[in-house]
Amino acid sequence: MNYAFFSFLAGLVFGIGLIIAGMANPAKVVGFLDITGEWDPSLMFVMGGAILIGFFAFRLASAKSKSLLGFGIKIPDNKRIDMRLVGGSLLFGMGWGLGGFCPGPGLVAIGAGEVKAVVFVIAMIAGMLLFEVIDRPKLR
Amino acid sequence: MINIAWESFTPYSALFGGAVIGIATTMFLLINGRIAGISGILGGLFRPMPGDILWRVAFILGLIVAPTVWLAIAPMPATQIDASYGTLVLAGILVGVGTRFGSGCTSGHGVCGLSRLSIRSLIATLSFMASGFMMVFVVKHAFGG
Repeated sequence: MNYAFFSFLAGLVFGIGLIIAGMANPAKVVGFLDITGEWDPSLMFVMGGAILIGFFAFRLASAKSKSLLGFGIKIPDNKRIDMRLVGGSLLFGMGWGLGGFCPGPGLVAIGAGEVKAVVFVIAMIAGMLLFEVIDRPKLR
Repeated sequence: MINIAWESFTPYSALFGGAVIGIATTMFLLINGRIAGISGILGGLFRPMPGDILWRVAFILGLIVAPTVWLAIAPMPATQIDASYGTLVLAGILVGVGTRFGSGCTSGHGVCGLSRLSIRSLIATLSFMASGFMMVFVVKHAFGG
Protein backbone atom coordinates (compact mmCIF):
# COMPACT_ATOMS: atom_id res chain seq x y z
CA MET A 1 0.00 0.00 0.00
CA ASN A 2 2.95 2.30 0.76
CA TYR A 3 4.26 1.43 -2.66
CA ALA A 4 1.10 2.69 -4.40
CA PHE A 5 1.00 5.79 -2.19
CA PHE A 6 4.53 6.85 -3.12
CA SER A 7 3.75 6.04 -6.74
CA PHE A 8 0.78 8.42 -6.51
CA LEU A 9 3.01 11.06 -4.91
CA ALA A 10 5.64 10.77 -7.65
CA GLY A 11 2.92 11.13 -10.29
CA LEU A 12 1.52 14.17 -8.50
CA VAL A 13 4.91 15.91 -8.21
CA PHE A 14 5.66 15.03 -11.84
CA GLY A 15 2.36 16.59 -12.91
CA ILE A 16 3.01 19.74 -10.89
CA GLY A 17 6.43 20.00 -12.54
CA LEU A 18 4.78 19.80 -15.96
CA ILE A 19 2.33 22.57 -14.99
CA ILE A 20 5.10 24.86 -13.66
CA ALA A 21 7.17 24.19 -16.78
CA GLY A 22 4.25 25.14 -19.02
CA MET A 23 4.38 21.75 -20.68
CA ALA A 24 0.78 20.82 -19.90
CA ASN A 25 -0.04 23.34 -22.62
CA PRO A 26 0.19 21.84 -26.15
CA ALA A 27 0.60 25.28 -27.77
CA LYS A 28 3.87 25.68 -25.84
CA VAL A 29 5.11 22.25 -26.92
CA VAL A 30 4.26 23.01 -30.56
CA GLY A 31 6.13 26.31 -30.09
CA PHE A 32 9.22 24.24 -29.28
CA LEU A 33 8.71 21.85 -32.19
CA ASP A 34 8.21 24.78 -34.58
CA ILE A 35 11.95 25.15 -35.13
CA THR A 36 11.62 26.77 -38.56
CA GLY A 37 9.07 29.33 -37.31
CA GLU A 38 9.09 31.43 -34.14
CA TRP A 39 10.95 28.97 -31.93
CA ASP A 40 10.31 28.70 -28.18
CA PRO A 41 13.29 26.79 -26.71
CA SER A 42 11.63 26.42 -23.26
CA LEU A 43 11.24 22.62 -23.54
CA MET A 44 15.03 22.27 -23.76
CA PHE A 45 15.27 24.02 -20.40
CA VAL A 46 12.64 21.70 -18.92
CA MET A 47 14.65 18.68 -20.00
CA GLY A 48 17.86 20.34 -18.84
CA GLY A 49 16.45 20.99 -15.36
CA ALA A 50 15.08 17.46 -15.07
CA ILE A 51 18.25 15.77 -16.34
CA LEU A 52 20.49 17.87 -14.08
CA ILE A 53 18.72 16.37 -11.06
CA GLY A 54 18.06 12.98 -12.63
CA PHE A 55 21.75 12.52 -13.39
CA PHE A 56 22.63 12.49 -9.69
CA ALA A 57 19.61 10.36 -8.85
CA PHE A 58 20.73 7.62 -11.23
CA ARG A 59 24.32 7.77 -9.97
CA LEU A 60 22.99 7.38 -6.43
CA ALA A 61 20.65 4.57 -7.50
CA SER A 62 23.41 2.61 -9.23
CA ALA A 63 25.33 2.50 -5.95
CA LYS A 64 22.35 1.06 -4.07
CA SER A 65 20.95 -2.42 -4.31
CA LYS A 66 17.51 -1.69 -2.86
CA SER A 67 15.04 1.18 -2.98
CA LEU A 68 14.01 3.00 0.22
CA LEU A 69 10.92 0.77 0.41
CA GLY A 70 13.17 -2.28 0.14
CA PHE A 71 12.41 -3.22 -3.46
CA GLY A 72 14.91 -3.92 -6.18
CA ILE A 73 15.84 -0.96 -8.35
CA LYS A 74 14.76 -1.70 -11.90
CA ILE A 75 16.96 0.13 -14.38
CA PRO A 76 16.58 -0.91 -18.04
CA ASP A 77 19.51 -2.91 -19.37
CA ASN A 78 18.36 -3.09 -22.98
CA LYS A 79 21.01 -1.45 -25.15
CA ARG A 80 19.65 -2.57 -28.50
CA ILE A 81 19.27 0.09 -31.17
CA ASP A 82 16.97 -1.29 -33.86
CA MET A 83 14.07 -0.43 -36.13
CA ARG A 84 11.63 -1.00 -33.30
CA LEU A 85 13.23 1.74 -31.24
CA VAL A 86 13.78 4.21 -34.08
CA GLY A 87 10.56 3.48 -35.99
CA GLY A 88 8.45 3.62 -32.83
CA SER A 89 10.08 6.86 -31.73
CA LEU A 90 9.56 8.40 -35.17
CA LEU A 91 5.84 7.51 -35.02
CA PHE A 92 5.62 8.93 -31.50
CA GLY A 93 7.24 12.18 -32.64
CA MET A 94 4.77 12.51 -35.50
CA GLY A 95 1.85 12.20 -33.09
CA TRP A 96 3.56 14.55 -30.64
CA GLY A 97 3.95 17.19 -33.35
CA LEU A 98 0.39 16.75 -34.61
CA GLY A 99 -1.34 17.24 -31.26
CA GLY A 100 1.29 18.88 -29.07
CA PHE A 101 0.64 16.17 -26.48
CA CYS A 102 2.93 13.47 -25.15
CA PRO A 103 1.55 10.98 -22.59
CA GLY A 104 2.23 12.88 -19.33
CA PRO A 105 0.82 16.27 -20.36
CA GLY A 106 -2.19 14.52 -21.93
CA LEU A 107 -3.07 12.99 -18.56
CA VAL A 108 -2.45 16.26 -16.68
CA ALA A 109 -4.66 18.17 -19.14
CA ILE A 110 -7.49 15.69 -18.44
CA GLY A 111 -7.26 16.77 -14.80
CA ALA A 112 -7.49 20.37 -15.95
CA GLY A 113 -10.82 19.52 -17.54
CA GLU A 114 -9.76 19.66 -21.18
CA VAL A 115 -12.18 17.58 -23.26
CA LYS A 116 -9.69 17.46 -26.13
CA ALA A 117 -7.17 15.83 -23.80
CA VAL A 118 -9.71 13.12 -22.98
CA VAL A 119 -10.07 12.41 -26.71
CA PHE A 120 -6.29 12.34 -27.13
CA VAL A 121 -5.75 9.95 -24.20
CA ILE A 122 -8.53 7.58 -25.32
CA ALA A 123 -6.93 7.46 -28.78
CA MET A 124 -3.52 6.93 -27.17
CA ILE A 125 -4.87 3.99 -25.16
CA ALA A 126 -6.37 2.62 -28.38
CA GLY A 127 -2.91 2.92 -29.94
CA MET A 128 -1.36 1.05 -27.01
CA LEU A 129 -3.96 -1.71 -27.35
CA LEU A 130 -3.23 -1.85 -31.08
CA PHE A 131 0.42 -2.38 -30.19
CA GLU A 132 -0.55 -5.29 -27.94
CA VAL A 133 -2.49 -6.85 -30.82
CA ILE A 134 0.40 -6.42 -33.27
CA ASP A 135 3.14 -7.36 -30.85
CA ARG A 136 1.65 -10.14 -28.76
CA PRO A 137 1.79 -13.01 -31.29
CA LYS A 138 5.49 -12.34 -31.83
CA LEU A 139 6.17 -12.35 -28.12
CA ARG A 140 4.74 -15.77 -27.36
CA MET B 1 18.60 30.93 -39.26
CA ILE B 2 16.80 30.17 -36.00
CA ASN B 3 14.26 32.75 -34.97
CA ILE B 4 13.63 32.73 -31.21
CA ALA B 5 10.15 33.60 -29.96
CA TRP B 6 11.40 35.76 -27.08
CA GLU B 7 7.91 36.78 -25.91
CA SER B 8 6.84 33.17 -25.27
CA PHE B 9 10.27 31.87 -24.11
CA THR B 10 10.11 31.14 -20.36
CA PRO B 11 13.56 29.87 -19.33
CA TYR B 12 13.17 30.22 -15.56
CA SER B 13 9.80 28.52 -15.11
CA ALA B 14 10.93 25.88 -17.62
CA LEU B 15 14.11 25.17 -15.68
CA PHE B 16 12.29 25.18 -12.34
CA GLY B 17 9.43 22.98 -13.62
CA GLY B 18 12.04 20.68 -15.11
CA ALA B 19 13.79 20.46 -11.74
CA VAL B 20 10.48 19.50 -10.09
CA ILE B 21 10.08 16.78 -12.74
CA GLY B 22 13.63 15.71 -11.88
CA ILE B 23 12.65 15.51 -8.20
CA ALA B 24 9.63 13.35 -9.11
CA THR B 25 11.79 10.93 -11.12
CA THR B 26 14.31 10.87 -8.25
CA MET B 27 11.57 10.05 -5.72
CA PHE B 28 10.18 7.30 -7.91
CA LEU B 29 13.62 5.85 -8.58
CA LEU B 30 14.93 5.90 -5.02
CA ILE B 31 11.68 5.13 -3.15
CA ASN B 32 9.90 2.78 -5.56
CA GLY B 33 12.93 1.67 -7.51
CA ARG B 34 11.39 2.40 -10.88
CA ILE B 35 11.81 4.55 -13.95
CA ALA B 36 9.19 7.30 -14.26
CA GLY B 37 8.39 6.58 -17.89
CA ILE B 38 4.78 7.53 -18.37
CA SER B 39 4.03 5.63 -21.60
CA GLY B 40 5.47 2.50 -19.99
CA ILE B 41 3.52 2.99 -16.76
CA LEU B 42 0.26 3.40 -18.69
CA GLY B 43 1.02 0.81 -21.39
CA GLY B 44 2.01 -1.79 -18.81
CA LEU B 45 -1.63 -1.87 -17.72
CA PHE B 46 -2.46 -3.63 -20.96
CA ARG B 47 0.06 -6.39 -20.36
CA PRO B 48 -0.88 -6.94 -16.73
CA MET B 49 1.07 -9.04 -14.26
CA PRO B 50 -0.06 -9.88 -10.72
CA GLY B 51 0.50 -7.02 -8.25
CA ASP B 52 1.45 -4.74 -11.09
CA ILE B 53 -1.73 -2.73 -11.52
CA LEU B 54 -2.31 -0.63 -8.40
CA TRP B 55 0.95 1.36 -8.47
CA ARG B 56 0.48 2.12 -12.17
CA VAL B 57 -3.04 3.42 -11.61
CA ALA B 58 -1.81 5.40 -8.58
CA PHE B 59 0.92 7.15 -10.60
CA ILE B 60 -1.55 8.04 -13.37
CA LEU B 61 -4.05 9.32 -10.80
CA GLY B 62 -1.29 11.51 -9.35
CA LEU B 63 -0.80 13.11 -12.77
CA ILE B 64 -4.54 13.64 -13.26
CA VAL B 65 -4.99 15.13 -9.77
CA ALA B 66 -2.04 17.54 -10.22
CA PRO B 67 -4.11 20.45 -11.67
CA THR B 68 -6.58 20.20 -8.77
CA VAL B 69 -3.76 20.37 -6.21
CA TRP B 70 -2.14 23.18 -8.19
CA LEU B 71 -5.41 25.15 -8.15
CA ALA B 72 -5.26 25.23 -4.35
CA ILE B 73 -2.08 27.33 -4.67
CA ALA B 74 -2.38 29.27 -7.92
CA PRO B 75 -4.60 29.56 -10.99
CA MET B 76 -3.95 27.04 -13.79
CA PRO B 77 -1.88 28.50 -16.62
CA ALA B 78 -3.77 28.72 -19.92
CA THR B 79 -4.04 25.57 -21.99
CA GLN B 80 -4.33 26.06 -25.73
CA ILE B 81 -5.04 23.04 -27.92
CA ASP B 82 -5.08 24.07 -31.57
CA ALA B 83 -5.43 20.55 -33.00
CA SER B 84 -8.94 19.48 -34.05
CA TYR B 85 -10.65 16.44 -32.52
CA GLY B 86 -9.90 14.39 -35.63
CA THR B 87 -6.23 15.36 -35.54
CA LEU B 88 -6.04 14.50 -31.84
CA VAL B 89 -7.42 11.02 -32.54
CA LEU B 90 -4.69 10.41 -35.12
CA ALA B 91 -2.09 12.00 -32.83
CA GLY B 92 -3.16 9.80 -29.91
CA ILE B 93 -2.98 6.60 -31.93
CA LEU B 94 0.49 7.52 -33.21
CA VAL B 95 1.69 8.38 -29.70
CA GLY B 96 0.22 5.16 -28.27
CA VAL B 97 1.65 2.80 -30.89
CA GLY B 98 4.92 4.71 -31.24
CA THR B 99 5.81 4.96 -27.56
CA ARG B 100 5.12 1.25 -27.04
CA PHE B 101 7.21 0.13 -30.01
CA GLY B 102 9.91 2.59 -29.08
CA SER B 103 9.72 1.59 -25.37
CA GLY B 104 9.36 5.13 -24.09
CA CYS B 105 8.37 8.75 -24.48
CA THR B 106 9.63 12.16 -23.41
CA SER B 107 9.79 11.05 -19.77
CA GLY B 108 11.21 7.54 -20.08
CA HIS B 109 13.76 8.20 -22.84
CA GLY B 110 13.99 12.00 -22.78
CA VAL B 111 14.36 12.55 -19.04
CA CYS B 112 15.23 9.23 -17.39
CA GLY B 113 17.22 7.75 -20.27
CA LEU B 114 19.31 10.85 -20.88
CA SER B 115 19.85 11.24 -17.11
CA ARG B 116 21.54 7.85 -17.05
CA LEU B 117 23.43 8.62 -20.27
CA SER B 118 21.79 5.82 -22.26
CA ILE B 119 22.76 5.85 -25.93
CA ARG B 120 19.58 3.95 -26.77
CA SER B 121 17.48 6.69 -25.17
CA LEU B 122 19.52 9.39 -26.91
CA ILE B 123 18.74 7.76 -30.28
CA ALA B 124 15.05 7.52 -29.34
CA THR B 125 14.96 11.17 -28.19
CA LEU B 126 16.68 12.42 -31.34
CA SER B 127 14.24 10.34 -33.42
CA PHE B 128 11.04 11.64 -31.84
CA MET B 129 12.32 15.21 -31.79
CA ALA B 130 13.28 14.99 -35.47
CA SER B 131 9.89 13.66 -36.53
CA GLY B 132 8.16 16.15 -34.20
CA PHE B 133 10.05 19.05 -35.83
CA MET B 134 9.18 17.64 -39.24
CA MET B 135 5.51 17.16 -38.45
CA VAL B 136 5.08 20.71 -37.13
CA PHE B 137 6.92 22.03 -40.18
CA VAL B 138 4.56 20.13 -42.48
CA VAL B 139 1.42 21.14 -40.59
CA LYS B 140 2.29 24.82 -39.95
CA HIS B 141 4.44 25.81 -42.88
CA ALA B 142 4.42 23.38 -45.81
CA PHE B 143 0.64 23.62 -46.13
CA GLY B 144 0.68 27.34 -45.42
CA GLY B 145 -1.56 26.83 -42.40
